[in-house]
Amino acid sequence: MRLQQLAHPRHDYSYAFLDEFAKRELRRRILKAIAIPGYQVPYASRELPMARGWGTGGLQVTLAAVGPTDTVKVIDQGADDSVNAANLRRFIARMAGVQTTTDTLAATIIQSRHRIPEERLREGQLLVLQVPVPEPLTHVEPSVTRARQMHADADYALIWLELHEQLVRYRTFTGGADYPVVVYGRYLMAPSPIPRWDTPMLHQAAHLTLLSAGREKRLYAVPPYTDVRPIEFEDVHFQVESQAGRVCAQTGAVNRFMNEVPQPDGSSRYILSDTGYAAKLVRRTQGEVVEIGATYYDEQGRFYHTEFLHHDD
Amino acid sequence: MMTRPGLDHPRLVREVPLLQARGLCRRYGAITAIDGVDVSVYRGEVLGIVGESGSGKSTVLRLLNLEEPADAGTYYLDLPGYADQNLFTMDRYYRRQIQIRHIGIVYQNPYLGLRMRHTSSGNVAERLIMAGERNFATLRQAARGALSASEFPLERMDDLPIRLSGGMQQRVQLARALALRPMLLLLDEPTTGLDVSVQALVLDTLARIQRELQIATVIVSHDLGVIRALADRVMVMRHGRVIEHGLTDQILEDPQEAYTQQLVYAKL
Repeated sequence: MRLQQLAHPRHDYSYAFLDEFAKRELRRRILKAIAIPGYQVPYASRELPMARGWGTGGLQVTLAAVGPTDTVKVIDQGADDSVNAANLRRFIARMAGVQTTTDTLAATIIQSRHRIPEERLREGQLLVLQVPVPEPLTHVEPSVTRARQMHADADYALIWLELHEQLVRYRTFTGGADYPVVVYGRYLMAPSPIPRWDTPMLHQAAHLTLLSAGREKRLYAVPPYTDVRPIEFEDVHFQVESQAGRVCAQTGAVNRFMNEVPQPDGSSRYILSDTGYAAKLVRRTQGEVVEIGATYYDEQGRFYHTEFLHHDD
Repeated sequence: MMTRPGLDHPRLVREVPLLQARGLCRRYGAITAIDGVDVSVYRGEVLGIVGESGSGKSTVLRLLNLEEPADAGTYYLDLPGYADQNLFTMDRYYRRQIQIRHIGIVYQNPYLGLRMRHTSSGNVAERLIMAGERNFATLRQAARGALSASEFPLERMDDLPIRLSGGMQQRVQLARALALRPMLLLLDEPTTGLDVSVQALVLDTLARIQRELQIATVIVSHDLGVIRALADRVMVMRHGRVIEHGLTDQILEDPQEAYTQQLVYAKL
């Protein structure tokens, strides 16, 4: 028997683009991140045929986790059809030979930029979030060294001081997307720039969430069924963006996260931000039999973990 | 055991000092800032430290505030649970807890003690937030209480310290230092740089708070007037050493060392 017969046939690329050493490193980092919920694990962010800051962090995690039997969905701010999402999806499909989908229920891996789908993810699904700034303390503590020491001591007073200042000056929390959360009662975490509407979806979720910043070379995780609490005061609570009075112009859906579409006359229309979900609603109204999963928020805007959100406005 | 109130030892003999620091040394490269300084302060007592610029006064205060490590020496605070632990060799985390809960400091330069881009009330509330308070109404109330105790005009409590006068900035620092009712208050030239009338008002506030809270205080100043007004006991420092030490009246009326004599008579 000759060595050539034992070896794999030569390929221009290894499976899923990254070489095996890179994938092994990433998988080990991912395991560490899952073992320490919310802790930022450094990793050697590899070169990809894509510029840093365009989702390379999420892409590397997806490539390390993907296998031939997976089904991949890629979204960019809720949309499956944006240029970035389409390119990433095509690249993953070409390099890993996987099925792609726009249906949240059919996907096993969902790579996302700045949104979590409206339909509840289930056990066994993997959500990969692309992260621009992994350090939640950046705005209050510019020194990376000091910020890491603060994480080590679980000393997050500065971020609560920031909340205090917002309340004193503006009488409300002014944080928008990327609202800091405390994971498992220990680490402060930047949930990537998902809107506040999506932040509660990480709490006691059935699925695994991996967050990865390619440019900053950090990845972290929210394991399934882990407590994720947005920072708030005991007497002044975190609020999600109100979607009251907004009706999707395409589907008639209410109490979902909406994109505002300005009209020529100065008014606004709203359409669902989650295009995969919107497409399914449209197909159902056209008479097709479509399986639509349970959503995180019901038609009245109540979150599925009752008691988690306080409505004290 | 029988207690005979009439025959008890005096309080200063019975009591353990709140603060006991022995043999403090601190070098910055080739410069020896302080060399073998002993400090002890009893509860409710005010210790004054005087001396010329560069004599090591502020370094002593920085060591007592646990801001810097000492090159040699021991530092004990008689606090429940920590009484027999040298704070210099303690874990960084617990050292910080003690600094937050039990030590308050007012700097000469308000930029060192205050966050200039945060509101004054936020500066005071920060101490409570650091100690774990997460109730906004409680924070507001505590900030209001501490600021009014240091005689700060409450209608300006949400202004930025950068827009306040020097005297008001010192009052915010004082409110911040006292927000958690610390055991030990450190004052680093608290009235230097204020004009004389404001200085008198701030001194009044300091004296009143000291009287009311009976808090152990260390005050550093090169102004003997301030020391005379506040301190019970005085340490005179020169070239990083304590050269004379005694009751305020004794030192200021009958100085023994040549340097102290110079200092006292230069003032008069």
